[in-house]
Amino acid sequence: MSAVISTQNLTMTYGTNTPFEKSAVNNLNIEINEGEFLGIIGHTGSGKSTLVQMLNGLITPTSGKVLLRGKDINENKKELRKVRFQVGMVFQYPEYQLFEETVYKDISFGPINMGITGDELNKRVMDSARFTGLKKSLLQKSPFELSGGEKRRAAIAGVIAMDPDVLILDEPTAGLDPQGRDMLLNQISLYHKERKNTVILVSHSMEDIARVADRILVMCRGNAEILDSARNVFAQGEKLEKMGLRVPQITKITQKLKEKGIDLPDGILTVDGAFDSIVSLLKKEGKLR
Amino acid sequence: MKDVVFGQYIPGNSLIHKLDPRAKLIFLVIYIVLIFCTFNFYALAIPFCLAILFMLLSKVPVKQYLKSMKMMIFVIIITSVFNLFYGGGKVYFTLGPLSVTEGGINNAIIIVSRIVCLLIVSAALTFTTSPTDLTDAIERLMKPLKVFHIKVHEIAMMMSIALRFVPTLLEETDKIMMAQKSRGANLDDGGLVKRAKALIPVFIPLFVSAFRRAFDLAMAMECRCYNGGKGRTRMKSLHLQKRDYFSTVFFVLIIAGVVLSDIFLPSVVR
Repeated sequence: MSAVISTQNLTMTYGTNTPFEKSAVNNLNIEINEGEFLGIIGHTGSGKSTLVQMLNGLITPTSGKVLLRGKDINENKKELRKVRFQVGMVFQYPEYQLFEETVYKDISFGPINMGITGDELNKRVMDSARFTGLKKSLLQKSPFELSGGEKRRAAIAGVIAMDPDVLILDEPTAGLDPQGRDMLLNQISLYHKERKNTVILVSHSMEDIARVADRILVMCRGNAEILDSARNVFAQGEKLEKMGLRVPQITKITQKLKEKGIDLPDGILTVDGAFDSIVSLLKKEGKLR
Repeated sequence: MKDVVFGQYIPGNSLIHKLDPRAKLIFLVIYIVLIFCTFNFYALAIPFCLAILFMLLSKVPVKQYLKSMKMMIFVIIITSVFNLFYGGGKVYFTLGPLSVTEGGINNAIIIVSRIVCLLIVSAALTFTTSPTDLTDAIERLMKPLKVFHIKVHEIAMMMSIALRFVPTLLEETDKIMMAQKSRGANLDDGGLVKRAKALIPVFIPLFVSAFRRAFDLAMAMECRCYNGGKGRTRMKSLHLQKRDYFSTVFFVLIIAGVVLSDIFLPSVVR
């Protein structure tokens, strides 16, 4: 697998030469593979948001490089706009960026900026509305009439409509109720499966990330502590807890059961997964038919 | 956006920080009048030294003062150049129809010093007084206006709320600009009309969010039974201290000094 984005000694320091100097990202070297679903997890202030904002050139790193398909994105500032079409970014609370008269027009803002018109534009708007589960009847409404969850979907659709090669979502489920969160996460992983694009999901919720991500990057105080498959990351429960992070509850429970001598597999990440392995275990022992 | 400085307060513990904000505000107003009543170099020297004294006593780095003056440097240069040609007396040299005279040079020096003094002293006030103290002082000083049915408390409350939201809205603008840039908005180039149009996607969300914040705040204030200034006491009430009286006496002496040198010494400004 080839890397779609890689970073070289990426560093970002805020307030250089002032008493408030703070390094947000520290000498980061990571590779993000083509088509993978990467989860970025870390505490508040661990540098997650700063990192993803550098990945599409919204902020310029103090030193180091961001390579998109091997090309330094900050080399030519005029090309940055094109980079942003390839690396789509959904901010925290994206509903505050809606501004057009109708949802349809708002979703088409990105594609129109790319120079897309006519049938292709219509197709993109419809596709992205479908991916985010936005009802067709809402498209002609004003975005300010929608409910909170619908606004969020509309805003995410506005980025998906640009059909980026890499889609970055910064805390997309923040402030949603559990049901809305589940639906949104399902929709995002559906999008990932269908388009086979690279998706980067930033979150501080272990449960969210465990459900959808193939690989996980754990950030702590601006450093990349772990970058590994979800299973391997959550197997390091103690290390995570030292960084103030928790493994998903279900992983913890199954680990405790294992310690008690129950023969469950390693790294169970979801409730469904735990259910399946317990059922098969019981069947094997003949306690369940 | 975050680099925009706006009447920044620099916390500290100096004598100037501790002075009563009402006293500071009154001093500033009188000082402004005083500095424009200086008609010779002796009269000017007194408030000039006072400005330097304020600057040193505030214990704010001189660099900060220079920074705050940087924005006004053009105004200073332009006024001084214009003043050079204005005034009579001995002619030093002539440039076409314009001539630089002794009076012109005197004028220029005095005007520039006045502006510099003004900037130093008003910077000293904003550096050493927190915005809340300042609005408290304004509210207290405007209290007599109640006689004319002016809602002093409401005005002061609006001022402090506005000041409180400046950093918040700047941060918000920054965020919205980044979000729209990610959607390919072109905010950085193009002609004037194109740029103004490009700002629509930034301003609409900004206004929407400003209104939302205003409604939220109004609701929160009502929930806590806020109903204006009537019968409302303060957490920090202002009391005059010894140092405020001493500085007032000192200030009166300064005024007397300026007035006396204006009267007894010849004027060099026309």
